[in-house]
Amino acid sequence: MSTGWTREQMAARAAKDIPDGSYVNLGIGIPELVTRFVPKGREFIYHTENGMLGMGPPPAEEDRDLDLMNAGKKYVTALPGAAYFHHADSFSMIRGGHIDVCVLGTMQVAANGDIANWSTGAPDAIPAVGGAMDLVQGVERIYVITQHTTKAGEPKLVEHCSYPLTGAGVVSRIFTDLAVVDITPDGFRVVELAPGMTFEEVQQKTGATILPAE
Amino acid sequence: MIDKQYPSVAAAVADIPDGATVMVGGFGASGSPIELIHALLDQGAEGLTVINNNTGNGEVGLAALIGNGQVSKMICSFPRSSQSRLFPKLYREGRIELEVVPQGTLAERIRAAGAGIPAFYTPTAVGTVLAEGKELREFDGRPYIMEQQLEADFALIKCEVADPLGNLTFNKTGRNFSPLMCMAAKTTIVQTGRLVARGDIDPEHVITPGIFVNRVVEVAHPVHEDTLIAEGRSYP
Repeated sequence: MSTGWTREQMAARAAKDIPDGSYVNLGIGIPELVTRFVPKGREFIYHTENGMLGMGPPPAEEDRDLDLMNAGKKYVTALPGAAYFHHADSFSMIRGGHIDVCVLGTMQVAANGDIANWSTGAPDAIPAVGGAMDLVQGVERIYVITQHTTKAGEPKLVEHCSYPLTGAGVVSRIFTDLAVVDITPDGFRVVELAPGMTFEEVQQKTGATILPAE
Repeated sequence: MIDKQYPSVAAAVADIPDGATVMVGGFGASGSPIELIHALLDQGAEGLTVINNNTGNGEVGLAALIGNGQVSKMICSFPRSSQSRLFPKLYREGRIELEVVPQGTLAERIRAAGAGIPAFYTPTAVGTVLAEGKELREFDGRPYIMEQQLEADFALIKCEVADPLGNLTFNKTGRNFSPLMCMAAKTTIVQTGRLVARGDIDPEHVITPGIFVNRVVEVAHPVHEDTLIAEGRSYP
């Protein structure tokens, strides 16, 4: 049985689908790996919603500026040509449709493009939304990178999200360890299977009907 | 001659009363006005509503103010973090109220208050629990919710360079919400790493014009939340 794509391969596969010259916002976790797999000959400019375009890799410890962070509150650098701005400008870039691609992690994504990635809705959970609801409404192309199932084996691609929604009908494409899956008017559709993966296995691990590649 | 300088952080926050709404600049540790927050903790005002993106970290700065029981309500986008302990404890005990606002909506509500806009429509949060109770309206076939402006009595802000008129520049992503909060508070109190003479900031480089600032106090070597936490410090 195939084990599917690794986290790095998922990120590399997503990077392949980002056009040259895109302004890109990356969520926390596997999406952050996208920066390591930019296809040769392409340039992406990274937006971090706390207030910078042109975000670069983490600095050496001795070169840290304690005020220079990304949205995940990790220390980063500014590449040549970077710009700083306040939150109203930063979220105008998001909400005004200026960011081309956003790559997010998720807890669940539904066949109609609904995404749930901010809260489990559990009574003792402290709800924390950050910029997720702004990103899914404001960015035209919402990519999701996620394991196909939870650690317990539950499907993360589902008919309807059981967790509270971040946004309704907003996801374009999903990159999992097993397949690349599009959201279409007819629901999930396989775009590409991981090497050695069968359509039947992907269907079996998906919580909704999934259509084979065209 | 207009001169907005105050002699100390204690003097700058002395008149913040119980029950005030206070905006606090900063995104996590970056741009957090630690000295002004600690001065407010020393001053002792209670029943505060605090507006910030987060709820502080460790036992210093905003987390210390919350831990000291002075905050009755937090309005923020992301109240969780790896080192946020004091807020979660009080929240789970039902001792502090929380209003969660999407980050871009939080920024825009603050900006709207500063710009004299009472409310606006946004697609952010449509179809989610955060849209409950809000007016829903369609424009060109797309649904939007109405969000109202968010103003404050005071803002506590950290900047890099200020002049006596209150013209400000910031440091990198330490800027974040601060220019918006300067606009949206009735009284904006700024701590600056460097206070320079009138005319020393190139007008082309001013990020926040002095009209939005009421008080400036120089804090020449500000402590940083991350450094204090790394050293295991708590306040007081």
